[in-house]
This record gives sequence, C-alpha cells and structure tokens, in this order.
Amino acid sequence: MIKAILIFNNHGKPRLSKFYEHYSEDTEQQIIRETFHLVSKRDENVCNFLEGGMLIGGSDNKLIYRHYATLYFVFCVDSSESELGILDLIQVFVETLDKCFENVCELDLIFHVDKVHHILSEMVMGGMVLETNMNEIITHVDAQNKMEKSEVRAASEARVLSIIILI
Amino acid sequence: MALKIVKGSIDRMFDKNLQDLVRGIRNHKEDEAKYISTCIDEIKQELKQDNIAVKANAVCKLTYLQMLGYDVSWAAFNIVEVMSSSKFTYKVSCSQLQLQSVDAVLITTIINSVSLPLVTQDLSSPNQYDTGVALTGLSCFVTPDLARDLASDIMTLMSHTKPYIRKKAVLIMYKVFLKYPESLRPAFPRLKEKLEDPDPGVQSAAVNVICELARRNPKNYLSLAPLFFKLMTSSTNNWVLIKIIKLFGALTPLEPRLGKKLIEPLTNLIHRALDLLYGMVSKKNLMEIVKKLMLHVDKAEGTTYRDELLTKIIDICSQSNYQYITNFEWYISILVELTRLEGTRHGHLIASQMLDVAIRVKAIRVFAVAQMATLLDNGHLLTGNMQRNGICEVLYAAAWICGEFSEHLEDPMQTLEAMLRPKVATLPGHIQAVYVQNAAKLFATVLRKQEGTTDSLAAQETSQLLIDRLPLFVQSANLEVQERASCILQLVKYIQKLQQKEVEVAEEVTALFAGELNPVAPKAQKKVPVPDGLDLDAWINEPPSESESEDEKPKAIFTKEEPKHTRPRHTEVDEKELARRREARKQEQANNPFYIKTSPSSQKVYQDQPGVEHIPVVQIDLSVPLKVPGMPMSDQYLKLEEERRQKERSERKKKEKKKKREKHGRGRRADSGPESEEDITPAHHVDIVTEEMPENALPSDDDDKDPNDPHKALDIDLDKYVYDVQGNLQDGSQVVVSVIFENKTDHFLKSMEFNVLDSLNSKLQRPEGSSPHDGLAVPFQLPPGVSNEARFVFSVQSIVMPQKLKGTLTFIVKTEDASTHEKLDFKLHFTCTSYLITTPCYSDAYAKLLESGELKSSSLKLEGVIMPFHHLLARICFHHHFSVVERIDSCASMYSRSIQGHHVCLLVKTSNQTVSIDAKCDEPSLLGNVLDEIKHTFSQC
Repeated sequence: MIKAILIFNNHGKPRLSKFYEHYSEDTEQQIIRETFHLVSKRDENVCNFLEGGMLIGGSDNKLIYRHYATLYFVFCVDSSESELGILDLIQVFVETLDKCFENVCELDLIFHVDKVHHILSEMVMGGMVLETNMNEIITHVDAQNKMEKSEVRAASEARVLSIIILI
Repeated sequence: MALKIVKGSIDRMFDKNLQDLVRGIRNHKEDEAKYISTCIDEIKQELKQDNIAVKANAVCKLTYLQMLGYDVSWAAFNIVEVMSSSKFTYKVSCSQLQLQSVDAVLITTIINSVSLPLVTQDLSSPNQYDTGVALTGLSCFVTPDLARDLASDIMTLMSHTKPYIRKKAVLIMYKVFLKYPESLRPAFPRLKEKLEDPDPGVQSAAVNVICELARRNPKNYLSLAPLFFKLMTSSTNNWVLIKIIKLFGALTPLEPRLGKKLIEPLTNLIHRALDLLYGMVSKKNLMEIVKKLMLHVDKAEGTTYRDELLTKIIDICSQSNYQYITNFEWYISILVELTRLEGTRHGHLIASQMLDVAIRVKAIRVFAVAQMATLLDNGHLLTGNMQRNGICEVLYAAAWICGEFSEHLEDPMQTLEAMLRPKVATLPGHIQAVYVQNAAKLFATVLRKQEGTTDSLAAQETSQLLIDRLPLFVQSANLEVQERASCILQLVKYIQKLQQKEVEVAEEVTALFAGELNPVAPKAQKKVPVPDGLDLDAWINEPPSESESEDEKPKAIFTKEEPKHTRPRHTEVDEKELARRREARKQEQANNPFYIKTSPSSQKVYQDQPGVEHIPVVQIDLSVPLKVPGMPMSDQYLKLEEERRQKERSERKKKEKKKKREKHGRGRRADSGPESEEDITPAHHVDIVTEEMPENALPSDDDDKDPNDPHKALDIDLDKYVYDVQGNLQDGSQVVVSVIFENKTDHFLKSMEFNVLDSLNSKLQRPEGSSPHDGLAVPFQLPPGVSNEARFVFSVQSIVMPQKLKGTLTFIVKTEDASTHEKLDFKLHFTCTSYLITTPCYSDAYAKLLESGELKSSSLKLEGVIMPFHHLLARICFHHHFSVVERIDSCASMYSRSIQGHHVCLLVKTSNQTVSIDAKCDEPSLLGNVLDEIKHTFSQC
C-alpha cells in the first residue's frame, strides 16, 4: 500500500500532498517536515530508497523519492511495494505531468494543484496503484478535462444568458 | 429572488478561484497567516450561498488550504453537499479532499442521510467518468456502513462493460473488504475471475488486490499459485511481475515445491538484469558491483545460477582488455575466491583468466605467484574427493604460473614439494603434465638458490626429492605425463651425478628454461611481410605423389596437441579441409596460454572442448562453504582502493593548486576536468603487455598506435599548450581562439601549421579557396624557450553544447645537423562558457526578463565552498563571464548573454558553505552545460 505521496520543493514547501491514511492536519504537516529533512540531506548520488520516518507506519515504512530540478517526489509505502516498482511509478508520474503541462515546472504544480491531483487520482486510488501505463492515464485525464471544459462553457453561457434576460 | 440570483452571479465574477488564491498567498509572503484567515472567512461566506457553483469553487480552494495544513473539517457538510451535485466539475474537486479527517460520526450520518442515494445513483451513471469520480471519492471515505451498503453494487461494477470502471471497482473492493470483511467470501470468485480479464489494467488491479490480501494471510491464497504462475510467464507488465514475485515470496515458505518451479522463470528475469550490469560498470563502481555479485555467489543455491554469476563476473572484469580494472591484486583475489565454488563447470575460465593476467600484467606477477603458491599448497582442499570437479582446472594455471615466474617465489622449495605430492597423481592427466614440467622449472630455481649458498648438500637433497617422487608420474596412464616425467627423471639423475662430482650445474639447468614467453597477438601472423621474391604458391620441390609426411612435426609444450599442420603445399585445398584446420587452430590457440583471446567466441571454444564436457559433474552438498586458508579477501582491496583514491584525489588537488599558482597570464587550462573516469589511475603502474608482433610488421589502418612512436623523443609538454576561447561580439557565429605556443625544446621550430578536424557544428575559418582539410600557417617561428600567440577564428552554428575538436600541429624541428618533421596532437575544448559575453544588465530590465516567463529554470547546489561570498561572485564573473546585477547580503543576481543572444540569469545564494544557484535561461541545454561548468570550476577549489 502507498501511504502518502508528497511533492515539496528544495526548501521544504509542500507542492502536493496526498495521504491515503487518516492523520490530523498537524501530523500531516509534521510528516512533510520530517520527510523533507530525511530526504533533503541526502547526496544526489546515493540510493533513492530509505527507511525511517517514524510518523508514518513506524518500522514498516519506506520512503522512495526522486529529485527533479527543484522538486522532490516522495512516496511513502509499506513493505508490500517494491522499491524499483515505485521508482518506476514516480517516473511515469513525472512524465505524465510533463506531457500534460508541456515541460512541467514547479509553478505548474503550484497553480494547477487541482490538475495534479486529478492526474494522480488516475494513477493511484486509495493507496493502490490503479494504472501504470502513461498513454492510458493521459487518455482518461484528457477526456475528463474535455468534459469539464464543456460543462464550464455551458454554465457560463447560461449565466450570461440569465443576466441578460433579467436585466 | 431573481435579483438575489443576479447578484450572486455578478458577485461570482469577482470571486477568487483557486489560481487567485495561490497567487494571493504568494504575494503575501510576510503576512501569510493573516491573508489565509481572511480567505477562509470568504470561503465561509461563499459556502453559505445558494449557488452550487460558488460552493464548488470554495471547496476547490479548501483542498489547497488543507494541503498547507489548515483544518477544513468544519466544511464537511458542504463538501458532501457539493459532492452530491449533478455537475462533474464540482465533484472532481471534492473527491480530492481527504474527507476522513472529518469526525467519523459526523460523516457517517451525513453520508447515510444525504449522499448514500447519490453515490449509488452515481455508481450506475451512464457516463464512465461520473462513476469513476464517485469510486475515487469513495476510496477516500469508505466507512463500515458504506462498505456494507455498497458492497453488492460495487461487485456488479466489477463486471461493467468499460474496463476503466472495472479496474476502479476491483481496486476499491480491497477497501470494502477491510471495512466489511464479510464481503470477501462472496466477492472472491469474481475477483479471481478478474485475474484473467482481457484488459491488462484490470488484471493488474486484481493482482494488486490479491497481493495485498495475501500479505496478511498467505495460506488462503495458495490455490491461486498456478494461475499466478501462468500470469508470471505470460505477462509483460513490469508492475504485475513485481507484484507476483512479491506474492510468491510470501507463498513459497508455505509450499516448498513452489520454489523449484519458480527457479526457471526467475532466473530468466535475473539474467536480464545481469546483462544490464555488463554495460553499467565503470572504473569507479566495478569493485562495488563485483562485491555485490560475490555476495550473491555465496548465497546462490543451485550450481547453474552460480556458474552464470561466475561467468558474468569474469565477463564484466575482463571486458575490453581489462579496461575497468584499476587494481589487479584485487582481481587476482577475486579469482582466487571464485575457486572456492564447488561444482562449477568453469574452472577453465578462471584458469585462463589467471594465466592471462599473470602473463600480461608484469607488475602483478609477484603477487600472483604468491597467491598461486598458496593455492597449490592447499590444492588438496580444492580437489579433495572431487577430483572430477571442474574447479581443479585452476591448478593447471597455478602450477604454470608458479613454474614460469618461479623467481618471484618466496619459498620455492615448499612449492616444489607441494607439486610433487602423491595426491597430485589423482588429478586429470593434462594437469599432471603441467605439474611435472613446472616442477622441473622450479627445480632449476631451487638449485640456483641453494648453490648460491654454501650448502651443497641441500641441492643434492632436492635432486633426491625429485628422484624419489617422479617415478610415480612415470607410471601414469597418461602418455604425456609419462613421457615428460621419464624425460625429466633422467635429466635429474644426470644432474645428481654431476652434483656428486661437486660440479656447479644450476646455471646450465636454468638455461633450459631461459627466455621470456610473451603473448602473441592474434593478428601477428598476418602481419609478417612477405619478403621480396618469395612466391608462397610456387612449389619448392616436385609435387609429392603421396600425402604430406609428418616427419618434421614440431612438438608443442604444455598442451594436448592436435596434429599441427605445416604450411599447406597444395594451392587448392577443399573447403572441408580448411574448416577442419581452422577448427584445429582455434583449439590450439585456446589451449595456448600465450595466445591472447580477443573475442569471447574463442573462449567459448575453450569451454566446449570435449575434455571438459566429458567430466561428469558430481554435485556435492556442502553446507559450509570451503575456505582456502591464507587467502586475502577481496573486500580488503576494496577498502584499500577507496582509501588510495581518496589520497590520490587530495594529492591531485594539492598539485592542481600549485599549478594554478605557477600559472601565469590569462589563459585557462583546457583539460583537467573533474574527477572523471580517466583520472582514476591504476594502483601500481600496470602495463598490459602489448601483444608481440613480428619484427618489421606492416602498420595497418585498423591497428592501435605503435608504442615505439618516434614522437616520444619530442620533448613538448602538452600542459604548456595554452589557449583561450572567446566569443565574437559582433558576429553570433564566430569564436576566436588565441593560442600561445611555447617552445620547450632546445631547437628551433619553424613552418608550423595549425589544423583542426572540422565538426558539423564548428569549422576553422580558412582563407578562401583552400580545402576544408588544409592547415593554417602559424605566422611566426619559435626559437628555443620563446613563446608567441596566434589567433584563429572558428565559425560555430549551435552554441548550446560544449564541444571538443581534435587538431594537429605540424612543424619542422631544426637541429644542428638535420631537421625533422614532427607533429603534435591536441584537443580544443569549446566550453559553453566561452560563448557567453559579459554584458551589464539593470535590475529593472532583469526583473522584466524574469517575469516574461519565457525562461526555463534549473538549479545547482555546491557543498563545502569555503570562500567569502564576494570571492565566489568574482570567480563566477571572471571564469564564466557573468556580471552582478544586484547583491543583497548573501544573495546575488547575475546576468550574462551568449553570442547568439540567449539570456542567462543566475540567483546565487549562500548559507554555511552551501551555495545554491537557481538559474534561468531561454535555452535549457545551454543552461545545463553552463551550470555544469560552474560546478566544475568550484570542484577544483
């Protein structure tokens, strides 16, 4: 099971957090801080897996992370997940973000956090991996975006219409 | 009422959406908390409105605030309310909220009273995404009540026509099982069915769920093993494979038979990984990788897998002529450690490696000989009752190395004794033969030592030892052993006679084995030039009537001989005969330790030799791995090597500093990169002995450089060849290279010609009408000790990548009596930095540039930089052509422009020895390269 997915930048500012288990807001913030401290101290050339982070799951907890430019992508998982599998998943996630945002950068994640959540929910659901095929993920994300857009357009047209009529 | 709606709609246009909220928070860095609390107040207002769109927008903002750590549980009711809307857009944002943070009692009541009908309604919605979102939302807040009520609905969805719904339904069943375990039994058959779903996504979801379930309670899932086995062999999805292997990991302790079945598919997977390793090694990581592999060798069960690992280790180490080995002592100890493997078929391979290394790496011989002597001494451990075992082949190599390089032996007498033990007679014949022959070589060495001292009796005793022990070999059933043994026995008897007459014999006995045996290059024969007037096809004698006689067949030493062929006398030889000869030659080369095997194919021939195949491999179960006592552990070398490299690095740094101080003038040295592959120098001076070539061999194009290059005599220090690359401000496609030539010889240099091999991207500008291969004359001559500068213009197309150009300088050296034409090869390194031009920039223009948003960003972190901040900035300015735009405390912004107009902006910050550089540029690859070069500059100080 995946327990949490965190993205934060080089200074520890959270850019996305998704917890699949229930914690209080305070604990969640603590977990983010703790994870940042564990991960940010590490050299670029050391292993991408580490154990520890006592706040989530205790001893049955592994952190798998990757550092891309200014962002850390961290997955907190238990022992049923394979490290290399998760590492691959992070890569799929980032590549998908890159495709959806066209050259993704930190600002995209800041301003479109809802979209990132959206993409993530097509990959991981309730802490379990839903889909690992990037094309499949993108197809579904695109289809839903289209749906949303058409709804928004319809809504705004209706609103404008109603204003005109009423005035 | 209508008015109220209008008002609401108009207000909405001025509401903050999520983007506005984020922007607002970023603009209120100083009073973030205060700003957010006003935002929350606004959100509360928005939630109170009737308009569902307003509410949805508010909920969307709450998701963001929740991530920042703000409590949003007070909005639970509204969230559920929005969730129940009919619009897809609104629901999406809700499903992202982690609703479980809401008080459990509250949510149960809410969901049960308000949204249960909604969720169920959603679940059967015609649009797959509506249902999808409902399922995603549900995965965040399943409660026991919800699980109970929805279990059967979700089970129906598991057979939905759309795979997208099926996979989500399958996954969410796990959550349902957790909250409502009674549902597992009825749902399980359908879940099992999904393992064979035509859609890979659904299949993977089912595997996921079953793996999670099995982790808690593996024995209930044993019955699924065959199904999973089938999946494992057929699936190409890595994710599924990983999960299944994990599952089998949990199942095998319960069903031991499973382990056997798994070996084959698993080893197939492992082989694929091992093949990757081959390409991955470098000088830096070789030892580490081999150490890991050795661990696996120790743990491996099953000889096939272990043999596979063994060949991989040797393949990896010996690839491209031992390119990656920096410490051969380490390699020898690895080989020795490998001899501990019982039941391996690859004794031959290890043996050939030992021979190859010992012969070709001169510096290692002392060490190798000591190791081999220990091996021989403990030979009985290797053979034991396993003399039919392939590993005893290494004794062949050990005996030969000890004999041939016996002058390095510490105690040759002891080794001689070990080689003549009666136990040796149980070894295979071809090994015994080598033992006998090399015992004779050792005997010669021992005699020399003993005669050198006054004790002549000892020498006689040694002879007696041979006379006592050799008869055992004379009786050998193997002809080769018998022949050699009896020959040497007679020789020793004669020597003893002479010794009794107090004649010094050592000198003459040694002469029997004098001369160094060098490896012969496989191409050597081809290279012998045919002397003038020799016609190889002409008959020497009258054509014989019968087939060739075998009178003058030469006798080969050490190896089982295939009949050797003299030069063919027939001009027409049929294909079959040719093939047979080729085969025979290959066999012979494979057996001959002096022959360097270039391609792995010839090694294969070596393994496939019938002699080895016929040795039945007896598997013996030894729980305790054999240890050869007194052997060094390769691990120690690993540690030593690391220390050595550390030391070297620090020394090199010192040296470089010194060099810098000595360096005069403006030029930047071009070479001296960061610690790269090539910089790791071997532990001792290791010369891989160049393959022996016949005298006056013809040089040919595919050959490496001749080591006896006449240019060795040329005393020009490449370090003193200084140049500077500068971009041309006026022309975006030109760079000027100023080269300082310094004559360090004692002679006059003239007619210098500078030439560079153009690349597609960079070209040396030559005068019109000259061909692209012509050199440019350097416009001056150089008396001894004088230096002068010349400039050359290059045209460059793309400047985003650094580039190296190869070039040659040809010149005439005038000495008193003659003059010679010489050349000097060099490389020009066009760094990306050299394309940058220091350009001042005002801070408002700078800010505008950054705001434009057209620049791509990247960053760099430098650790352990101990220099004042202004020095650091000065260094970047000087070495990388930047200018400081603005500096505030320990933070500065810098700017530079490339000759093609790319903007490069840096934000440099420092805090206790760590410097972070955030950079932006409109050309990401240029930026990446400039950052690399900056990093490089600082790695040198």
